[in-house]
Amino acid sequence: MATEQLLKMLGQGAWDTLYVTVVSTFFAYVIGTPLGVLLYGTSKGSLFPQKTVNTVLGVIVNILRSIPFIILLILTQPVAKALVGTKLGNQAFIVYLVIAAAPFVARMIESSLCEVDGGVIEAAQSMGSNNFQIICKVLIPEAKPSLLVGSAIAITTILGYTPMTYLVGGGGLGQLAIQYGIYRSNATMMYAASLLMIVLVQVMQEVLSAIAKKSDKRIRK
Amino acid sequence: MIEIKNLAKTYHGADGDFTAVKNINLTINDGDIFGIIGLSGAGKSTLVRCINLLEVPTEGDVLVDGKSMLSLSRKELLAARQKIGMIFQGFNLLAQRTALGNITYPLEIAGVGKAQAKKRARELLELVGLADKERSYPSQLSGGQKQRVAIARALATEPSVLLCDEATSALDPTTTVQILDLLREINQRLGVTIVVITHEMRVIEKICNRVAVIDSAEIAEEGLVSEVFLRPRSAIARKLIMPQGGEGIESVLGSRCIRVTFDGSDTAEPVISKMTMECRAAVNIVFANTRSLGGKAYGQMVLQLPADESAQARVLDYMQRTGLEFSEEVYADGN
Repeated sequence: MATEQLLKMLGQGAWDTLYVTVVSTFFAYVIGTPLGVLLYGTSKGSLFPQKTVNTVLGVIVNILRSIPFIILLILTQPVAKALVGTKLGNQAFIVYLVIAAAPFVARMIESSLCEVDGGVIEAAQSMGSNNFQIICKVLIPEAKPSLLVGSAIAITTILGYTPMTYLVGGGGLGQLAIQYGIYRSNATMMYAASLLMIVLVQVMQEVLSAIAKKSDKRIRK
Repeated sequence: MIEIKNLAKTYHGADGDFTAVKNINLTINDGDIFGIIGLSGAGKSTLVRCINLLEVPTEGDVLVDGKSMLSLSRKELLAARQKIGMIFQGFNLLAQRTALGNITYPLEIAGVGKAQAKKRARELLELVGLADKERSYPSQLSGGQKQRVAIARALATEPSVLLCDEATSALDPTTTVQILDLLREINQRLGVTIVVITHEMRVIEKICNRVAVIDSAEIAEEGLVSEVFLRPRSAIARKLIMPQGGEGIESVLGSRCIRVTFDGSDTAEPVISKMTMECRAAVNIVFANTRSLGGKAYGQMVLQLPADESAQARVLDYMQRTGLEFSEEVYADGN
């Protein structure tokens, strides 16, 4: 394979992987954030305790998280068909990834919100804040550094799942490494694609960690 | 005016019920600095949270300016809370907001415009003596400064009442005095009624005019600070005013002691020196907690009488003649 062609394929693959990762993470947060807030808020002694809602949500989240991704990907094919019109390709794969990642994101959000000092919430309540104001003006801003650290974990984990798109005929760095590297014994392609994945993970992790650290006002500067 | 009527709070836990407070009846007048003192676990924090309904009482009622807090709708309650400021032992500032941002928070909640909120916050920073710290984050402030920001924040919505939950317990003695001075100034200048929760008698002595002593969920006694301080009726009040069983008490076990009360009719020092000279007997001052107000002495003193019985008689006779109030003090082991 000509170097030029290899580079072109790698470039396209990196773009596809990045696209799938970012879009999936975005929608996982769109669904996961309210779920996480709900899990936090409905828990015992929290803002609006609702034992039944909390238990039901918790069970659904746990079930979705305990099904192996490869099985979830098969089970949720009708959902992809309904939402994007196909069971195959990167578009459908984004649906599978979002279904798998949203519950994980919800738990991350919940745990970040739990880190906010109860005294601060009590102070906000003493000033006459309603629950919506407490969530938007106290909980989320106060948990921001932790939420950003969580997002670094979420996006890199989601990136780690992207090679599975190969199973539904989607493309990306993972697909290149599997198809050309393993099945066609093109070692250069395998190593190059893997290396690019490593670089992507490193960059995302470092950038988000740096933002998290910079945004945290608890650290004396 | 805050009226607490027959208030009780019981928590229903997995391992049985726990009554934090019960049979509480208190009236806090406008302009009071009202102290609620008790040992930890006595229920004072629960009691103060029942005033702004951060804790919902299981029995009784709380009336603020004649209006029952329990009868308010959720919306009315949130509005009422804006008129009852609160500060805490742990300051509870928003760590990700500057000092200024912390003070504008309650104003944002109250729907005040941004520019006006900032203006008001700056005035309040001035009031608490932190005009130069508006851009500082809580992590960059000392404990005393954090509490000043918390006080400014609590005052932002111009409340008529300020609740202080162990507000000085995390501060060193010098800072405590400064914060208490600030609270008194706020009470006098702005006419804010202040409710102070504490376990320290010196906090009560320093700023309160009235006090309620709370012991195992109930009010043991209540009254003017000067009265409770001079003539504590309950065992718990005695204990808080004059800690017994502390250092020096062991040495007087078994000997005769008297507790002298100075109620402002005479000064402390000449009495003791005159007595030693006149009776030719040396007494040991075991404990003294007196303060001078307008040149007169208020407080209590425990004197250990000399071992010689005739000297004891002379001292007691002298004390009788001074007209000072005194009583024999009995120290038993383990008290």
